[in-house]
Amino acid sequence: MSAYRTYIIVWIALLILTVLTWGISYINLGMGNVAVALLIASLKAALVALFFMHLRYENRLVWAFALVPLLFLALIIFGTLADTMSR
Amino acid sequence: MHDVTETKTHSSGQALETAKLGIWCFLATEVLLFGALFTAYTIFRVSDPQMFLTEHLKLNRIFGAVNTIVLICSSLSVALGIAAIRQGKQRMLRICLILTLVLAATFLGVKYAEYSEHIARGELPGTNNFFSLYYMMTGLHAIHVCGGMAALGTMLVMAYRGKFSAEYNTPVEITGLYWHFVDLVWIYLFPLLYLIG
Amino acid sequence: MTDVTAHTATDDRGYLTEKGFWSWAATLDHKRIGVMYFYTTFLFFLLGGLLALVVRLELMTPGPSLISDHAFDVLYTMHGNMMIFLFIIPAIPSALGNFFIPMMVGARDVAFPRLNLAGYWIFVAGVIVVLASLVQPMDTGWTFYTPYSAKTGAAVTTISFGIFLVGMSSIVTGLNFIVTIHQLRAPGLTWFRLPLFIWAMYATSIIQVLATPVVGVTFLLLAAERLLGVGFFDPAKGGDPLLFQQFFWFYSHPVVYVMILPAMGIITEIIPVFSRKPIFGYKAIAYSSLSIAFIGFLVWGHHMFVSGMSNTASVIFSFLTFFVAVPTGIKVFNWIATLYRGSIFLDSPMLYALTFIFLFIIGGLTGPFLGALATNVPLHDTYFVVAHFHYTIMGGTVMGYFAGLHYWFPKMTGRMVNEKVAKLAWVFIFIGFNITFFTMFILGLMGMPRRYAEYLPQQQGLNIVATVGSWILAVGVLIMVGNFIRDMFHGAQATANPWHSKTLEWQTASPPATENFEEIPVVTEWPYSYGKKKE
Repeated sequence: MSAYRTYIIVWIALLILTVLTWGISYINLGMGNVAVALLIASLKAALVALFFMHLRYENRLVWAFALVPLLFLALIIFGTLADTMSR
Repeated sequence: MHDVTETKTHSSGQALETAKLGIWCFLATEVLLFGALFTAYTIFRVSDPQMFLTEHLKLNRIFGAVNTIVLICSSLSVALGIAAIRQGKQRMLRICLILTLVLAATFLGVKYAEYSEHIARGELPGTNNFFSLYYMMTGLHAIHVCGGMAALGTMLVMAYRGKFSAEYNTPVEITGLYWHFVDLVWIYLFPLLYLIG
Repeated sequence: MTDVTAHTATDDRGYLTEKGFWSWAATLDHKRIGVMYFYTTFLFFLLGGLLALVVRLELMTPGPSLISDHAFDVLYTMHGNMMIFLFIIPAIPSALGNFFIPMMVGARDVAFPRLNLAGYWIFVAGVIVVLASLVQPMDTGWTFYTPYSAKTGAAVTTISFGIFLVGMSSIVTGLNFIVTIHQLRAPGLTWFRLPLFIWAMYATSIIQVLATPVVGVTFLLLAAERLLGVGFFDPAKGGDPLLFQQFFWFYSHPVVYVMILPAMGIITEIIPVFSRKPIFGYKAIAYSSLSIAFIGFLVWGHHMFVSGMSNTASVIFSFLTFFVAVPTGIKVFNWIATLYRGSIFLDSPMLYALTFIFLFIIGGLTGPFLGALATNVPLHDTYFVVAHFHYTIMGGTVMGYFAGLHYWFPKMTGRMVNEKVAKLAWVFIFIGFNITFFTMFILGLMGMPRRYAEYLPQQQGLNIVATVGSWILAVGVLIMVGNFIRDMFHGAQATANPWHSKTLEWQTASPPATENFEEIPVVTEWPYSYGKKKE
């Protein structure tokens, strides 16, 4: 029973956050738009990962499989960016 | 041919754990697959912010938001389906799978409408780097949606054949994890392409 | 594949017993899949080698003599593509890894046997598509740099899809191994009781899983540029050709560790067995495999120092490049320390293992010359680079592969390799290899650029020497291959454990039964307790 409830609550939160991020996009905050949009997206992603994908209840090995790729993602983005930005 | 798949694990619990590690490992590869495109996005956004400012307004924000909601609902439906089969509720699983497939098809339908609009206006993959990014990223994502539909469809067929139960539902669980990942990627694509200029 | 002859004492051919095309094509047995990968990849070793021989023939005289400049471009490009994508990347992991990882961890198969089979057929599909591209053969170099690769008339789009498929096979293999090593270890087989080949393969698999997708997308984007006008790499559209190189090398640097780590793992297995001594520094070697894999991801820019990358990025990448020498050096030190005061048995596996250490040290030491910014500038794109990577990849990985093939031949086939002929082959290979490739260091220092059929007259002497070396090397390879073929059918019957090794794969019959073990073994100690009591 509580599994269904958790999913519904997370779903509602995701919908609210979606409307929020869509709404904020019409307001001009300059660079703030990028930060806010990514923040909200990351919050939504975290909700999907933790609850829909059960990450919250998984062991450390699964967490490692989930998080380590993100480190390498950061590596390729910032490694490539380091060149672009210093040219 | 001797099939060793059953003798290799010590218990069904371990079989589920093995399958889960397998899918998470696969999702790790997907992070890097899309990651290269996110890298290209970052590079061009930093080197040509003006292009993003003008071009992103040409995307249909409503369609984008609708599709985001469609995918979020589809994540819910597949999660509910898995919760159901864990309690042995076969019929509810089938309904949820069908719902997920319908929502996935809706997503593709909206994307088709969007692409048609853009193509009609002459906004093609080769037009400029913003649209290259748009088509490449949403295109790769759409291919993954198709793959997900194939997997979900397979799950539906197996569900109709009564293959799943409270004791055994690993394939559905794995498919669900893949599907949530597809949703996850879109959660980032939507703001990055449609919302920020 | 027929393999039973009148020389077998028993008729038990284990996993080889069942016959017929479908028993191979639809097999779920990791050993059979490994064998299929072996033959497919070895075919490209031979084909790629043939291309190299023609290249060297052309290079006996400056300027196009036998073939046109364009044909020359095609030859070295396809030599590179075949050797790298169709041979050296898949060979040890998919052939020997598939065969031995499950056995070494005490399992009956990999975690996902059907995925394993799918991976093989995806590889074959990729091979077919790559070969299909020969209708308009590549002339871009194996590195496919834009803008040329986006504009050339060669069938780049076709080969891009082929390489994408081959890459998928690599990912599938790595994924399967990671989960197998985590989940299917026999009771009592803790991480620090694992053979070091398994640690090496685990590190390799991590690279395969995380790096390969990036090159997959890179080739997809190259195809998209050619087909759809996507302009990420096109300056006319605000794109950057260097971005292609960033993506390409983000994979292609780590992939050289996919090439070398498994070979290092093989050496680490062979040295203790043939020194009758426990491996020195087990944990250091285990951790060094992981370190090499990790550091390997940090240095990709060192291929791009003269491409227009910023000075800041160049300095950072050059600095980081030196770090990979540390875990590598640790391994070399530990191998030598294992040999020290060991009881050395110079059978063919050990001969190749020692050859690996010697040649890899040379190749490895020439790395810093290229990693240091100042020396990179005059050496970039010269034969120095060609020599460096042939010493590390051929002197390293291929020698390690040969070592593994000689070591595990009895287990895979149930027969022994003829040692005399194996050693004769080795003499030709060793001498031929060094003559061919050492001269290239000198040619590189003399400034001879790679990928040109043209060179200065005073460089001809050494070019002729290198070509003659290539013939000697080829003879050696042919003798080795002939020996393997002959021994497969007529070699002496092998016992279960002819080398008296303590790793689990040797605690099975030669060749092993399909299910590997009658009973899953229970492991109580590490596999390197040699020399403690009388064998």
